[in-house]
Amino acid sequence: MHDPIIALTNLTKRYGKLVAVDKLNLTIHKGEIFGLLGPNGAGKTTSILMMLGLTEPCEGTAYVCGYNATRQPIDVKKKVGYLPDSVGFYDNLSGLDNLVFIGKINGLAEKEARETAVRLLETVGLTQDMHKKTGAYSRGMKQRLGLADVLIKNPEVIILDEPTLGIDPSGVQAFLTLIKQLSHQQGLTVLLSSHHLHHVQQVCDRVGIFVDGKLLVEGNIASLSKNLFDKEGYVTAITLQSGSGLESIVEELGQEPHVKQVSLQDNKLEVLCEEDITANIVHFLVHKQCDIIGVHRKDYGLDEIYQKYFENKTHNSSVHEKSFPLFQRPFFKKRDKQAPERP
Amino acid sequence: MHIRSWRFIILIGLVGLTFLASMYVSLSNLKGSLSNLQDPDRAFVYLKLLTVTDNSLPPFHIFLGFLAPLLGISLGFDAINAEQNGGTLSRLIAQPIYRDNLLLAKFLSPMLIVSILFSALALLMLGTGLILTGIRIDLQEVLRIFSFVALSILYVSFWLSLSILLSIRFKQAATSALMAIGIWLFFTIFYPIVVNLTIRSFLPDPNTLSPQQWVTYNDLILNWLRISPSQLYTDATTTLLMPSVRSLGPVTMEQMARAIPAPLPLKESIMIVWPQLSGMIAATMVCFALAYASFMRREVRG
Repeated sequence: MHDPIIALTNLTKRYGKLVAVDKLNLTIHKGEIFGLLGPNGAGKTTSILMMLGLTEPCEGTAYVCGYNATRQPIDVKKKVGYLPDSVGFYDNLSGLDNLVFIGKINGLAEKEARETAVRLLETVGLTQDMHKKTGAYSRGMKQRLGLADVLIKNPEVIILDEPTLGIDPSGVQAFLTLIKQLSHQQGLTVLLSSHHLHHVQQVCDRVGIFVDGKLLVEGNIASLSKNLFDKEGYVTAITLQSGSGLESIVEELGQEPHVKQVSLQDNKLEVLCEEDITANIVHFLVHKQCDIIGVHRKDYGLDEIYQKYFENKTHNSSVHEKSFPLFQRPFFKKRDKQAPERP
Repeated sequence: MHIRSWRFIILIGLVGLTFLASMYVSLSNLKGSLSNLQDPDRAFVYLKLLTVTDNSLPPFHIFLGFLAPLLGISLGFDAINAEQNGGTLSRLIAQPIYRDNLLLAKFLSPMLIVSILFSALALLMLGTGLILTGIRIDLQEVLRIFSFVALSILYVSFWLSLSILLSIRFKQAATSALMAIGIWLFFTIFYPIVVNLTIRSFLPDPNTLSPQQWVTYNDLILNWLRISPSQLYTDATTTLLMPSVRSLGPVTMEQMARAIPAPLPLKESIMIVWPQLSGMIAATMVCFALAYASFMRREVRG
């Protein structure tokens, strides 16, 4: 589990003045599913291209499966399957023929390639459509065909660039389950880039948050959320029967140990504390004869994690314009998303 | 993938029609030109088949000079950019193959198709001629016709490599096709006009010129025209298919003084067109090298 299969050190790519990727250091171990999370234009695709030797880094090195991706791209490409974000196929060939073609490029004999292709199409659930021309495929079908296409070379690592883009929700679900299943069955290392938080949250063992060419933080979701708690403190939200005549209680509550800040909005009380003292707060309020109708201890989900890191970023520097709509989205979402436990 | 595509079927149809039409015209005029005792080439029945015409239609080799660029352009104008726009290029170069091979495949496979097509046409023509006239064919004629075929293939390969270069440079297939056709039109129609106009503008009155000066100016015009690949092709095919052509420039009376109007051996004809040949090879190489240089280190995004 602990031999790095992808090791990036100080990877930097500049386009003129624009720094697309800035001193990226990242290690991904065998068998992991790693989610590279970031807004559009954060440099995710550029990093992936450098890992595959499809573009040259300005500084730093990328080692994939023990090969230097810049110097030995062919060796890397033998072991790595790459699914680009806007994957395309030869429209006038059937799905099966498209796969067989890629199989043959990877050195499989015609018969072997055909057998493998049929087996893989079954895995991704395209058996019925394999003789249809790919021009008639839907976006979701193309993505699944793309996955089969990546797998036909029997890779050690698969890199998926925005694999869930443009697929409907149930399709996304099926696709992610498939990826997870394949990774567990075959011991594949998966690097998945996305700007879609929830998709990443569902499948990834570890995530890295990538903004403006910098990897801000990496780790599993539980540890990211703990980091945030340590920095920001714990928030307990309490809903009361009525919000009138509470000013004195709020003031008194503010004097309690570990409480950093108390805010009252209508009948909702939000308490920010250094430690998790939800029980003490409830106790205190009951003692003051307040009618509590709801207590909620807030957890940081990926939305909050993501937004938090990005918020810091917006304060520090100007940000790509096109990433704004994306980051406004979390504001309108429920904030009480539970961070799922990772095995 | 080319063979079943519409554009290839259309072009094959065009080439085929041209072939049939010029065969018909030349067969119906063959008798007249073969009995023309003034013509030193009258012994070459099969070369006559390709070049004789009654002026209602241009002969086959001139026709081919028009169609060959179209064939090359149509087979190459979207070689790279169509793959890129379709999203297949990034998938393709993520496979363990060298980019050189991709580019070479894009160049060699249309060349293979064109070679087969042209050889088949040449053999068809020889066969038809053999059946209709029953005259024995000379080895020299066979060699000349096949060097003509090789020359045409080379000419197509120039346009193919040019259009592949354009398909790498321009993102839209339509732009690169238009650009390629623009270059072709420029060289076949406008370039001769431009050259003639510019040289005429500083040419003194032809009547006051001495013969030497006249020859120099004529050479100057011809040499400028030879920058155009279509001029090179026309020069070369004419020499190869008409064995009596001894020089591509003007010939003075002194030079012709003791010459007997007789066909040249194949080797001499090839010697005459050697500069044209090497010029075409060089132009093809330059285009391909440029395509190679701009494609090899380019970053391909999905």
